[in-house]
Amino acid sequence: MERHLDIELKDLKDKLLLMGGSVESQLQDALQALIERNSDLAVRVVENDLSVNKLDVEIDETCLRLLALHQPTAGDLRFITTAMKISTELERMSDLAENIAERAIELNKEPQLKPYIDIPRMANWTIRMVNESLDAFVNRDVALARKVCRDDDFVDDLTEQLFRELVSFMLEDPRTITRAIRLTFIGKYFERIADHATNIGELVVYMVEGKIIRHMSPECYGEEGDVSVPS
Amino acid sequence: MTVMSPSLKAEIRDLSFSFGQVQVLKSVTLPISERRVTALIGPSGCGKTTFLRCLNRMHDLHPDARYKGEIILHPDKINILDPAVDPIEVRMRIGMVFQKPNPFPKSIFANVVYGLQIRGIRDRATLDERAVQALQDAALWDEVKDRLHGPATALSGGQQQRLCIARALATNPEMILFDEPTSALDPVATSKIEELMTDLKQKVTIVIVTHNMQQAARVSDFTAFMFLGKLIEFDRTDTIFTNPSSKLTEEYVTGRFG
Amino acid sequence: MSHDVHRVIAGNRRLDRLFRWAGLGGMAFAVLILLLLLITLGVEGSQRLTWQFLTSYPSRVPSRAGILPACVGTVLVMLVTALTSIPLGVAAAIYLEEYAPKNRLTAMIEINIANLAGVPSIVYGLMALGLFVYQLHLGHSILTAGLTLALLCLPVVIITTREAIRAVPVAIREAAYALGATKWQMIRDHVMPYSTAGTLTGVIIALSRAIGETAPLITIGALSFIAFLPSPPVTAGPPFLSVRWLFDPFTVLPMQMFNWVSRPQEAFHLNAAGAGLVLMMVTLAMNGLAYYVRYRSRRRIQW
Repeated sequence: MERHLDIELKDLKDKLLLMGGSVESQLQDALQALIERNSDLAVRVVENDLSVNKLDVEIDETCLRLLALHQPTAGDLRFITTAMKISTELERMSDLAENIAERAIELNKEPQLKPYIDIPRMANWTIRMVNESLDAFVNRDVALARKVCRDDDFVDDLTEQLFRELVSFMLEDPRTITRAIRLTFIGKYFERIADHATNIGELVVYMVEGKIIRHMSPECYGEEGDVSVPS
Repeated sequence: MTVMSPSLKAEIRDLSFSFGQVQVLKSVTLPISERRVTALIGPSGCGKTTFLRCLNRMHDLHPDARYKGEIILHPDKINILDPAVDPIEVRMRIGMVFQKPNPFPKSIFANVVYGLQIRGIRDRATLDERAVQALQDAALWDEVKDRLHGPATALSGGQQQRLCIARALATNPEMILFDEPTSALDPVATSKIEELMTDLKQKVTIVIVTHNMQQAARVSDFTAFMFLGKLIEFDRTDTIFTNPSSKLTEEYVTGRFG
Repeated sequence: MSHDVHRVIAGNRRLDRLFRWAGLGGMAFAVLILLLLLITLGVEGSQRLTWQFLTSYPSRVPSRAGILPACVGTVLVMLVTALTSIPLGVAAAIYLEEYAPKNRLTAMIEINIANLAGVPSIVYGLMALGLFVYQLHLGHSILTAGLTLALLCLPVVIITTREAIRAVPVAIREAAYALGATKWQMIRDHVMPYSTAGTLTGVIIALSRAIGETAPLITIGALSFIAFLPSPPVTAGPPFLSVRWLFDPFTVLPMQMFNWVSRPQEAFHLNAAGAGLVLMMVTLAMNGLAYYVRYRSRRRIQW
């Protein structure tokens, strides 16, 4: 039986997906802007941030309204509070994409320091994580959400690796320091974006199962191939 | 807030109830915690009011009532449903407040002390004292202290209901049963009585039947969801309303029933 | 609005007016007849309403005849009737309404009580003759008359008391039970006090009907020419209280009227009118009392 609330909940989900899609393309564009040394693209990424912020505010207002007027409970309540939080995570991701684009603009003014290998790997992995976390949300797929949480380790390792490589560059030749540091920042930004994707995964688990797994040990993420839920 | 592991006031074990051939309750088992509010929710006809009235043997007034199962009252562990147990005795330990306020058409004072009088308490000083205490506990004292001997029917609906609560409280019952106590009242009177229940539960165990889910959510510590005479789920109220185990409960609580 | 609608409304309005006038006319007619009756009685009877009339014994001389024994007899007989029918009627009503199981036997009893209310009063007189006078040897006395009229009143008292009891809402009873009251406590503390007004009204109406009954009393042998009063209830010597008056012969106001009206002299008819006026005033007073009781109780007890 579709009620008016169900229609509103569906609208809310669509808005979130729209926001998610925006963020994903921002990330892709930011990566492109870096790899192709295309500063015009980077500028567009910065401008897109505004529309994402607008969506964030809209989603918050919608959620508050639904809470006040409908007093939702159980599954509906968890969905709405999760939506509010996911919106915040996406908004942060968008800010980080903006930061990446800004660093790209700066880097593009100087000759490329080295071929970009790790950063695109990290970026693609992270973008996939974001994509999967949103898929998990849409499909209420807890296994996928837990996988996203596990995938964070890879990004953390890559960040560490990138950092060590750039430090060695800086030690060899002090003229590379500014570019190296900017690249380090970019690596850090992607790492943070992956963390936000992890957060979305944890929120999805809460939404579906009613269990809060935030701030718990990684065992909660389960093992590869897990179908049942570790408690 | 709910304190962990409260003690038990009553245990209902396998309670089945029928009026003649019609079975209304099917094997209900649930605990009633002491000095907490336990709410019974469910769609119309699910048996929650019937269940409530088993607790004080009100069904004894109907010749066709058949009880099966046990209701064990703590601390003395007697089975209320035992035919050897006098229903009058049960009602003296377990009070009831009804859906529509039903004060006697007498004075406010006479209403409050009636329960004491039928227990043989005649001393005027004692009656006065207990009446004042009961009216204070029911948050009605300030409004009626100047007209204790005026007619009870001159009070507003919300005040009349609080008078009925005072009347039930005057005899110091161990448990009070509320049968949809605010469904006939306006929102202001309703919220006064909900506040009152939150205060009262420190002194007395409360069981409330309500068709207003938000009221159950606001007021109770434990909630039981019933459907078609069966107990579907029983848990802490916050769990029932944020993450119920049964799909049926989830559907009812989110309003998707029917 | 269309013309048809207007026509329909106009037609309805006409019907409305027609009924109003018909009702008014009917009521006026009834009231007129009643007034005529009262005025005739009043005009004729008031001539004889003197202190002498009220305190004299019947006599062969119309102008010296009075209604003292008739009045006293009426009072005493009504006393016996009331004291018998009220406790019996109320108790029966309480039993039927509160204690009797809802089975076929009870239903039959209820139907028969309703039937009894419509039995002609002379049949009661005949029954009383057989039972009280011949079987129990109570004689043609005040006691017999009182008991006979009590039988007459009983069905009405039972029915009205039951209605009054039924008017006590279930919610009040449940409230009393929920506090731990037994059935009798509930009845004594709530049902009876709240139904008193209704009961009283029924009793008064039953009595005011009985006060004018002539046929059953003739049947059980009330005398119509009594020149003495029944024995006094208080005696000079021990045991100071006597019930001999219960067994004395007697007369009542309707009987006295009947006796006078059957005489040829017109002067006696005037006497009858006087007695009739007294009876009428007593009846009206009793009905007025019933209204007053109902009014007072409605103000005190609001559900």
